[in-house]
Amino acid sequence: MRKGEIVTAGLLALLSLYLMWKSTELPIGYIAGEGPGGGAWPFWLSGIMLICCGAIAFNWWRQTSPASRSDEPLLDAVGWRMVLLVGGGIVAFVGLVNVISMYGAIAAFLLYYMRYLGRHRWRVSLPIALITPVTLFFFFEGAMQITMPKGMPFTDPVFNVLYEIIY
Amino acid sequence: MEVLGLLADGMFVAVQPLNLFLILVGVALGLFIGAMPGLGSVNGVAILLPVTFLVPPGSAIIFLAALYYGAMYGGAISSVTLGIPGASTAVATTFDGRPLAMQGRASLALVTAALASFVGGTVANILFTLFAPLLASVALSFGPPEIFALMLLAFATFVGLGGDDIPKTIFSICLGLVLGSIGFDAISGAPRLVLFDHTGFLQGIGFLVLAIGVYGIGEMLWTIEQTRGEVTATTPKITAKGVAADTKDAVRRGWKGTTIGSFLGFFVGVLPAAGATPGSLMAYGVTKMVSRKPQDFGKGHPGGVAAPEAANNSASTGAMLPMLTLGIPGSPTTAILLGGMVIWGLVPGPRLFVEETEFVWGLIGSFYVSNVAAVLINLAFIPLFIWMLRMPFTILAPMIFVLSIAGGYAATRDMFDVWLMVIFGLGAFFLRKFDYPLAPAVLAIVLGPIAEPTLRQSLLLSSGDPSIFFTRPIAGPITVIALILIFLPAFKLLRKRRSLA
Amino acid sequence: MSITKRNFVGLALAGLVAFSPLSALAQEWKPRKPIDFVIMAGPGGGADQIARFIQSVAEKKDMTTRPLVPNNKGGGSGAEALIHVSGTNDPDYTILVTLNSFFTTPLRQPNLGIDIQTFTPVAMMGVDPFVLWVHKDSGITSFEQWVETVKAADGDYVMGGTGKGQEDSIVIAYMSNAYGLDIKYIPYDGGGAVAKDLAGQQIMATVNNPAEAKGFYEAGDFVPLLAFSDERMPAYPDVPTLKEKGHDFSYYNQRAVVGAPGMSDAAAAYYGDLFTAIYESEEWQGYLTSESLSPLWMDADEQRAYWTTQVENHKALLAAMGE
Repeated sequence: MRKGEIVTAGLLALLSLYLMWKSTELPIGYIAGEGPGGGAWPFWLSGIMLICCGAIAFNWWRQTSPASRSDEPLLDAVGWRMVLLVGGGIVAFVGLVNVISMYGAIAAFLLYYMRYLGRHRWRVSLPIALITPVTLFFFFEGAMQITMPKGMPFTDPVFNVLYEIIY
Repeated sequence: MEVLGLLADGMFVAVQPLNLFLILVGVALGLFIGAMPGLGSVNGVAILLPVTFLVPPGSAIIFLAALYYGAMYGGAISSVTLGIPGASTAVATTFDGRPLAMQGRASLALVTAALASFVGGTVANILFTLFAPLLASVALSFGPPEIFALMLLAFATFVGLGGDDIPKTIFSICLGLVLGSIGFDAISGAPRLVLFDHTGFLQGIGFLVLAIGVYGIGEMLWTIEQTRGEVTATTPKITAKGVAADTKDAVRRGWKGTTIGSFLGFFVGVLPAAGATPGSLMAYGVTKMVSRKPQDFGKGHPGGVAAPEAANNSASTGAMLPMLTLGIPGSPTTAILLGGMVIWGLVPGPRLFVEETEFVWGLIGSFYVSNVAAVLINLAFIPLFIWMLRMPFTILAPMIFVLSIAGGYAATRDMFDVWLMVIFGLGAFFLRKFDYPLAPAVLAIVLGPIAEPTLRQSLLLSSGDPSIFFTRPIAGPITVIALILIFLPAFKLLRKRRSLA
Repeated sequence: MSITKRNFVGLALAGLVAFSPLSALAQEWKPRKPIDFVIMAGPGGGADQIARFIQSVAEKKDMTTRPLVPNNKGGGSGAEALIHVSGTNDPDYTILVTLNSFFTTPLRQPNLGIDIQTFTPVAMMGVDPFVLWVHKDSGITSFEQWVETVKAADGDYVMGGTGKGQEDSIVIAYMSNAYGLDIKYIPYDGGGAVAKDLAGQQIMATVNNPAEAKGFYEAGDFVPLLAFSDERMPAYPDVPTLKEKGHDFSYYNQRAVVGAPGMSDAAAAYYGDLFTAIYESEEWQGYLTSESLSPLWMDADEQRAYWTTQVENHKALLAAMGE
């Protein structure tokens, strides 16, 4: 944790610097008769962020924040595994949206999570994984008139049938 | 007295069989739309506007009012049960609603939210009925300097909301403000902070993208990691006795917050541009300040649920006032309703209130009826939401992720935003590990885009002279109070240090 | 050949197709999924109201087999909408309600890489004129008097609008140049906010579409001084035009519907017919009158030519503003 605290502060300081640099594309000073320029608001606030990172580093050095005193690792092996499996699952889910449509991706993600991570039986996970996207389809497309990504063209026949049902 | 007669007519119209049916459908539909992260009353009203041509205009208005109320109540449900604020107005509700749910007292939080919302809505309706034209002129006297002063006041109330680590809290506030300034500079019209020159950033980062990322993904990951995927909080079954006890508890510990929220929320909500979010936030802050046990807030105090819920309901009703009296939308939802009025052949503007009395009072009358229907239906659905919480966590968790991603997409219909949400979620997970409070960032991204343009508009008005915030009769006192509140904690800290030394 | 049921249906269909006049125009294209109806402005503005009105007419008369789904993309003066529409992977199902930022935004932000000539013309629903308004408490009743007041204020006269480079600021810039006025311009994020701050006298004058100021005008709060239309507007017969004052300048906001780049001809023809029907509907004609819009019907080729002239005009106007 102790190492992580200072690394995080360092990364955030870099982010602040990047934001400050990016803000300078617009005037960051006080324009006479007009007030602050377009870049002033984000520039100076990013500046405060940078100062805060400095203060966090100072507290780390003095060891006043809990994280800077802790010798525990940020995540143990089980923790990393958990975060990678769940976080990776979400990334894969979002990645699949443009391939097999939002609803297909929902079904795949639910199945993955419940069957593989949750170790639920097939007869629990499969029906839920299929019913949820269908319900959401009728909710979003039918009731709310919000169209979700349909993925690659090969999903068209399925959706054309479904649209036939709701309209 | 004429007003009361008109109002009675309005309510009478609302309880006709067809209309009563529409109210029930509208409230129930609104409840689910509001409870869905990413969707809110604005979606519901927008899709149902064309549908309203199938029924007489009077009934159409009632239907929309019912939906509006239902969605307002629904916002609290996702804050409590899923831990994701479905709308910016419900962020403050998560502060105490979520801890209550984690302690297995979700029903207490939901009952408190429902009752507080009801009181907030009722107080707002009464104030509305009595003082509408007067309040309209107050709303007009709020120009950019006044709105900015009000935002300053809202910021002042959340200085005390962050964690114990001051640099991390300030970092979080500033991060939210900077993220909120991405997109276009409202004053010069120039693109600003288009990160990595990716055109996706041109549209800015919306509140929902950050909120769903932080709460729906980051916080969820954190919970899963902390509990090793098995949340142990047991949510007891709903019993009549339990509900009665919850109701008693809600009333006993939530009345103060409800009262503060109802009035504060209404006055802030009446001001166009300000809206319900600063209202609910200020109500939370003030309730915590006047509470005898401020240290209980943030750990599951019913007062912390009651205040923002009363305030956001009250403010959302208040937001109807500028629309009806001036023809100015106070929120995106009222903007769409305003469009509906044009389609129905009404002319929005200052004369609407005088000339279309039947329409105006019919709408207000249906607010009263919808509010009653909403609290009853909401209470009736609480067992269903509690039942959802009783699902095994390995089913509930993926469902929350799915609702977050699908809801996040529905809000802007842009995959870029969904990717940003995932990135924010993963980032938020690690920041959470290092005790960075993220609620301030989520609120700042809402308040920043109101605060910055009003600040710069004011300075344009005064030719760059900042004294404009102190010399105007309304802005002056608000600015002074806000500055005192902001510097009070620093001053206290300094005195404490000195007395220690 | 024995006539089976299937053959019979086929024959009947063939007969129908042969007799239907539409078939000759390759009109079989019909939407099979909801249509993304993108609006180049946030909810509540003038463009949004028009889009929702159009949608409600289509819905009410059941004109489409699949709904038009409004999608507000107002960010960055419409840049968000232009990027969204030109990047769509479903051009047959993406149409855009435009205003003049359709011309100005690509000019002001060449890095977006938007070429509006790639878009598909669908329908010109009308053009919205602009009017100069002041608050009644200012006591100003004529344009000449207004010019005097602005000159006397010597740089302290405050007007509000929807942002630099936006339609109203173009008009104000032209006026300032023509009369040598020094005006302080405060940008707001929408026509509604501008109207409210004129009503509250936070600002002294605005240039707005009549639809946005109509409520306050009818209540007597706003006084129209000058119209920027070619001829006097029927709803405001006493308001002189800038042309009458001897300046050859008129300015309108276009209310047009365009299709995404790469839309198929069949789809474009379908939408063309759809919006023609909406345009001709009693509701839309009534809306044009009540909101003081001018009709300006054009076919597809005329629209393209119109775009070219508008781009040239705006190039000159923006250059004159120093943008």
